[in-house]
Amino acid sequence: MSAGDPPIDSPEISRLTPVLGPGHTYSSVTDKISAIVLTRPTSLGWYIGFLIAFCVFGVMNIAIGYLILKGVGIWGINIPIGWGFAIVNFVWWIGIGHAGTLISAILFLLNQKWRTSINRFAEAMTLFAVACAGIFPLIHTGRPWYAFWMFPYPSVMGIWPQFRSPLIWDVFAVSTYGTVSLLFWFVGLIPDLATLRDRSTTKLKQIIYGMLALGWRGSARHWHRYQSAYLLLAGLATPLVLSVHTVVSFDFAIAIVPGWHTTIFPPYFVAGAIYSGFAMVLTIAIPLRKAYGLEDFITMRHLENMAKVMLATGLIVAYGYFFEFFMSLYSGNKFDVFLVQQRLHGPYAPFYYALILCNILTPQLLWIHKMRTNVVVLFLMSIIVNVGMWLERFVIVVISLTRDFVPSAWGRYSPTIWDWATFIGTMGMFVMLIFLFVRVLPAISIAEMRELVAETSEEHK
Amino acid sequence: MIEHRSHIYGVIGEFEKPEQLVHAAAKIREAGYRYYESYTPFPVEGLPEAMGMRRNMVPLITLIGGLIGGLGGFGFQYWVNVYSYPLNIAGRPLNSWPAFIPVTFELTILCASLSAVLGMLALNGLPQPHHPIFNAHRFTHASTDRFFVCIQARDKKFHLAETARFLQGLAAHHVSEVHDD
Repeated sequence: MSAGDPPIDSPEISRLTPVLGPGHTYSSVTDKISAIVLTRPTSLGWYIGFLIAFCVFGVMNIAIGYLILKGVGIWGINIPIGWGFAIVNFVWWIGIGHAGTLISAILFLLNQKWRTSINRFAEAMTLFAVACAGIFPLIHTGRPWYAFWMFPYPSVMGIWPQFRSPLIWDVFAVSTYGTVSLLFWFVGLIPDLATLRDRSTTKLKQIIYGMLALGWRGSARHWHRYQSAYLLLAGLATPLVLSVHTVVSFDFAIAIVPGWHTTIFPPYFVAGAIYSGFAMVLTIAIPLRKAYGLEDFITMRHLENMAKVMLATGLIVAYGYFFEFFMSLYSGNKFDVFLVQQRLHGPYAPFYYALILCNILTPQLLWIHKMRTNVVVLFLMSIIVNVGMWLERFVIVVISLTRDFVPSAWGRYSPTIWDWATFIGTMGMFVMLIFLFVRVLPAISIAEMRELVAETSEEHK
Repeated sequence: MIEHRSHIYGVIGEFEKPEQLVHAAAKIREAGYRYYESYTPFPVEGLPEAMGMRRNMVPLITLIGGLIGGLGGFGFQYWVNVYSYPLNIAGRPLNSWPAFIPVTFELTILCASLSAVLGMLALNGLPQPHHPIFNAHRFTHASTDRFFVCIQARDKKFHLAETARFLQGLAAHHVSEVHDD
């Protein structure tokens, strides 16, 4: 992108709502961010929050333990609704992860400076969300100890996975996504780990951070290659993130089930993923900046930009809903028309209306500047959108499966307590990992913040 | 290399601003030094050019990795479906290549990314737990707020006192020797 043309970075706007609070130097950003990890005493709030999340995580472990003992019969799934919560939650979690990669890779390629202070924890969020997502298909197999059968390895059985199946595509897409996200995150962390190593006061911290920093010494030749690698990773992660939710949508779109077999699924799944991901970034960013006093780094401008991305992707999602609806009616296919009727009037219609309310109507408030800059509104909005996106997947999975071609194959689905325990448990795991991450690693990229200091000090000359 | 200075790794100087370092790095190069290195808390714009660095190998390694991943991924699926485990499903072609694209794509990205990161680390010689530069005075600032340049003793033009004076002439602070232990 040529210098100075994006209006968002024009001097007038950036002076009004800067991406970095005024008066910061290289050492002040370093001190402030590394202090959270190194010197600040752990607050009581952290312990309480961590403990609650840890208990919820324990609930997940009990639920999964019982599942392994008893089998998937403890869930609400049945025939014809074989997918149920496991797939709803898988798609929901994997979608949440997408915003992290979008922020770290796509906004990096577009040279958006406001990404700097939010990319690190957004990437962490991606990793944790992918970890939560991965649990569901794994335990949904019923015999998770045979999950390695999905990978191609020369087995004594003499057979290979079916590479024409979207479920195998999923295995490759999600495991690649997890690996590349981890690489991207770790490469970004290396210089910061070196900073923590150099500022640690105890021997143990020096050793741990020192090992993780791999002996990084900030040499100019190293930085040169580092920047190439980082740029290439961003370029590789960009098509990857678009492909992952596309492949997830193939799980549905390749099937002939009414309501699934549509070509609009890949783009609208990707938009929905980014939509829910940005909502989750806001859900985390707003308490984080408050708790650690990071308002100078995660400024109103970040929150407002994220709200705008949410609004834009929300509109794409709305467009997807509309066309799904329109194409079903326009096609004249009686099963598709019937499915639309079922969404509007069937037994699960309240979920559909709740979804429209959460995902399409409520976010329209974000057109108003006052709403976009109100932290409380944004926080509530982000939660509403996440609920809405979960409902979207529930509607897609459950309504289509309960109402397919022949009435004799219709059914009903309701989750059991074990479904809920597993789902809520993964949220506990997610929150617990976020708490740990904030405590032991820099939640904001220190090296990139220094670069931002250098760039903004040039601007003011 | 002369015996008596073998315990010296080089002479290091410190700068407060990235522009000063870029300027100094260009001057050091003009003065004819070959073995010197800058250490900065973030990638400084213009420094690679000032130090006369050219393109690096990381993009090429990434390309090769991506090609191996893509061709290998497709070739493997082809081999599995056509030779190793052919399944005749209603007479459809065994090499149903459109269905192999998603996995081919993912493996391309996976291998290219791994090559980019591992290639970068390998070319940088990392992980390397210890390096003589860590002995330098005030070097912990290199990961916070100071910009360093170190002229190494293995350079033909290196002379402890003269090189130190030269660095001081470039307005470097805290010019000191770095021991090689």
